[in-house]
Amino acid sequence: MTTSSAVQLLREKICAASATHTSLRIRGGGSKDFYGGTLRGELLDTRTLEGIVDYEPTELVMTARAGTLLTEIESTLAANQQCLAFEPPYFSAQATLGGCVAAGLSGPRRAANGLYYGSIRDFLLGCRVLDGRGDELSFGGQVMKNVAGYDVARLMAGSLGTLGVLTEISLKVLPLPVATCTLQFSMAQAEAIQQLNRWAGLPLPITASVWFEERLTLRLEGAHAAVQSAVQRLGGSQMDALVAREFWQATRNHTADFFQSEASLWRLSVPAATPPLRCPSIASAGTAGHNAGQWIEWGGAQRWCYSDAPAAQLHALAQSVGGHAIRFRGPTQHRDAVVGALDPVLARVHRDLKQRFDPAGIFNPGRMFSDF
Amino acid sequence: MGAEALVGTLTQIDPARQRAVVEALRQHLPAHALLFRAEETRPYECDGLSAYRALPMVVALPETEAQVVAVLKTCHAMGVPVVPRGAGTGLSGGALPNSAGVLLGMAKFNRLLSIDPLSRIARVQPGVRNAAISEAAAPHGLYYAPDPSSQIACSIGGNIAENSGGVHCLKYGLTVNNVLRVRGYTMAGEPITFGSEALDAAGYDLLTLIIGSEGMLAVTVEATVRLVPRPQTAQVIMASFDTVETAGQAVAEVIAAGLIPAGLEMMDQPATRAVEEFVHAGYDLDAAAILLCESDGTPEEVAEEMTRMKAVLSQAGATQLRVSANEEERSRFWAGRKAAFPAVGRISPDYYCMDGTIPRKRLGEILRFIAEMEKKYDLRCPNVFHAGDGNLHPLILFDANEPDQLQRTEAFAAEVLEKCVALGGTITGEHGVGIEKINQMCTQFGAAELAVFRAVKRAFDPQELLNPGKNIPSLHRCAEYGQMHVRSAAVAFADIPRF
Repeated sequence: MTTSSAVQLLREKICAASATHTSLRIRGGGSKDFYGGTLRGELLDTRTLEGIVDYEPTELVMTARAGTLLTEIESTLAANQQCLAFEPPYFSAQATLGGCVAAGLSGPRRAANGLYYGSIRDFLLGCRVLDGRGDELSFGGQVMKNVAGYDVARLMAGSLGTLGVLTEISLKVLPLPVATCTLQFSMAQAEAIQQLNRWAGLPLPITASVWFEERLTLRLEGAHAAVQSAVQRLGGSQMDALVAREFWQATRNHTADFFQSEASLWRLSVPAATPPLRCPSIASAGTAGHNAGQWIEWGGAQRWCYSDAPAAQLHALAQSVGGHAIRFRGPTQHRDAVVGALDPVLARVHRDLKQRFDPAGIFNPGRMFSDF
Repeated sequence: MGAEALVGTLTQIDPARQRAVVEALRQHLPAHALLFRAEETRPYECDGLSAYRALPMVVALPETEAQVVAVLKTCHAMGVPVVPRGAGTGLSGGALPNSAGVLLGMAKFNRLLSIDPLSRIARVQPGVRNAAISEAAAPHGLYYAPDPSSQIACSIGGNIAENSGGVHCLKYGLTVNNVLRVRGYTMAGEPITFGSEALDAAGYDLLTLIIGSEGMLAVTVEATVRLVPRPQTAQVIMASFDTVETAGQAVAEVIAAGLIPAGLEMMDQPATRAVEEFVHAGYDLDAAAILLCESDGTPEEVAEEMTRMKAVLSQAGATQLRVSANEEERSRFWAGRKAAFPAVGRISPDYYCMDGTIPRKRLGEILRFIAEMEKKYDLRCPNVFHAGDGNLHPLILFDANEPDQLQRTEAFAAEVLEKCVALGGTITGEHGVGIEKINQMCTQFGAAELAVFRAVKRAFDPQELLNPGKNIPSLHRCAEYGQMHVRSAAVAFADIPRF
């Protein structure tokens, strides 16, 4: 199918659904079907929008259609020694670029020191999106700097398809780091959080960190000289390169043992230097093991824990330190919308924006917000 | 088209209305914080884009948050437009006053509230100068990365409004990549917070909307910005080229080699000649273009990068390479670039700075086009260029005292910006749309996108009282301008492989 006819077909489905107020469930590879409130509506498959549209390594920009597999994007970039700096999680090999932008999730490198810092929204330069009227809108572009109009393109990152169906996406890409080395340290949680924040204030090429079970794992990436001198300065024990590679992949895609429980997995996004948080853990006995403890990334800014406490308790905990909590994955009877309660002014702005993009309220209802 | 043609709201101040508004605001603000006599309001009649001027009906200079809220609520209730203003250094007329409105000067909000070296954040009021943040963070080995060339004067509130860039944004990002949280008030005086001190916040990423919103969505009263470690050392290469095209190609080669310079700037010969006379930076005046290519980091890192950069630039045809020997020489090489605008100001009574962006590979094309326009309009135009991120600053030289030179300049600029759009770029990379480029917005965007922008505006400010008439043109205005963007090409040729 040609792209224009694929877009045309999606447009017709959207217009028909709008006319009849039929909910649409926008889906690429379905790799993140577990995320957010219960899935509702007729399936709208975006994988007909396939292929890289434009990629010139010297421009540091790649433009691809939303249904393009992330694996294709990353292998094409890797062949040119480039990468998506924000290391989006795949969760399955079927993950598409559109789903990646809509979910707005970033991987271990998100809190990197220096060049590689940033989430998917920091690298999103432009996109095309079909709104609830079936209009294909274009925001941003293929250039690094663009301040014409409001930055609606970046607004799409993490909007979970509630504002429209992404059709084409332009991202800033970066060179793959030339050198890498992973170090491990034995360290208590409080000390690790302090240390990570101190290190982040120094010119060290730290691009990822995980603290789990009294052990801190730290990834350095950059120029050879920078990595070498940091290794000497920081000490610790060096991880075998292959093992390290697998470790970061397992962190990125949640294939590490910690993430294998069926219980409710909570993501706490908090200011990085927040001291250890006491997460209300699983009440029932016998679920200790990998359900216990926290998995801490992003220099302390992203903390994962399992809990069957009421959602309000987790939300309150994160809010008490200036962050927020999301039930990231859990038993089907406990699916929550991604966003908890917002303050009244923000809630009104959200509703008004939603109303403009999707007047009939057909896109992914209940998945991001409980009330639309 | 002159200022009058552009500024629809330019009218005489209505004295009765002025009295009523002053009276109402006096209930909340001390007399010294309210200016309304022409001799007092004159200093506020324009921002950095002095071609457009208007006297505000009233200038309010609140000192407390409660006063900001009172100004907003009062104006909201009376239907009076409010134009927020920071340091007034903006280059697109974003803070151009409204003759029927209140100019809300935030300069008194100039306190740096806190620096947290462990969390690497600074909490600041909007009137704090960009450079003051880095100065305050320096004892901790930290700094605030975005460095617009006006950084000694411009305020962080204005940077947020414009999503300001600078010469280091290819590596360190723009304002949007370096601000974590913005707290402010809507036009109705309701408190609103965007983002958080964590790395993300619940809900839509509204922080991306407020940054670069040109003061049209909310008034900022506090911001939390990221601080990053100051690189231990930096070195810059000055590379000469025979043609601007080879210089452009060299930029592509640097990127292709996997290098991301901390700064990568180009100046053409007319620009280097203007600058050299003024700053004595030591530029190669025989070169058709020079590149400034900087590496920063640890000493080992910089040494490694410099070796690679020199090799790539030589390979790409540089006729001369000079590496800064010390910090003093590095500053001198940059001083020329940073002084480009004032230097040009010395060789011409007036100049007009453009701000288009293009995909880098189209550099040769746009420069040839600019050369054609120089002939067509009989005006000179030196070029400085943030080469790393495709952001052009052609500087059209003119004399506003000559009868039609401003008109010719504006027509010249409009053609160049439209060409930028045609080449896949944009009409503004970092200076904003403001009032200056509002007509070109009709070229950049179609009716549907403009309608979305308007809806975004209304989600925050349903009565459209906050900085009205800027940034987003009405469809009526676009129809009059006759440049409504037709997007047929995107559909008709969408299937041609363009890989």
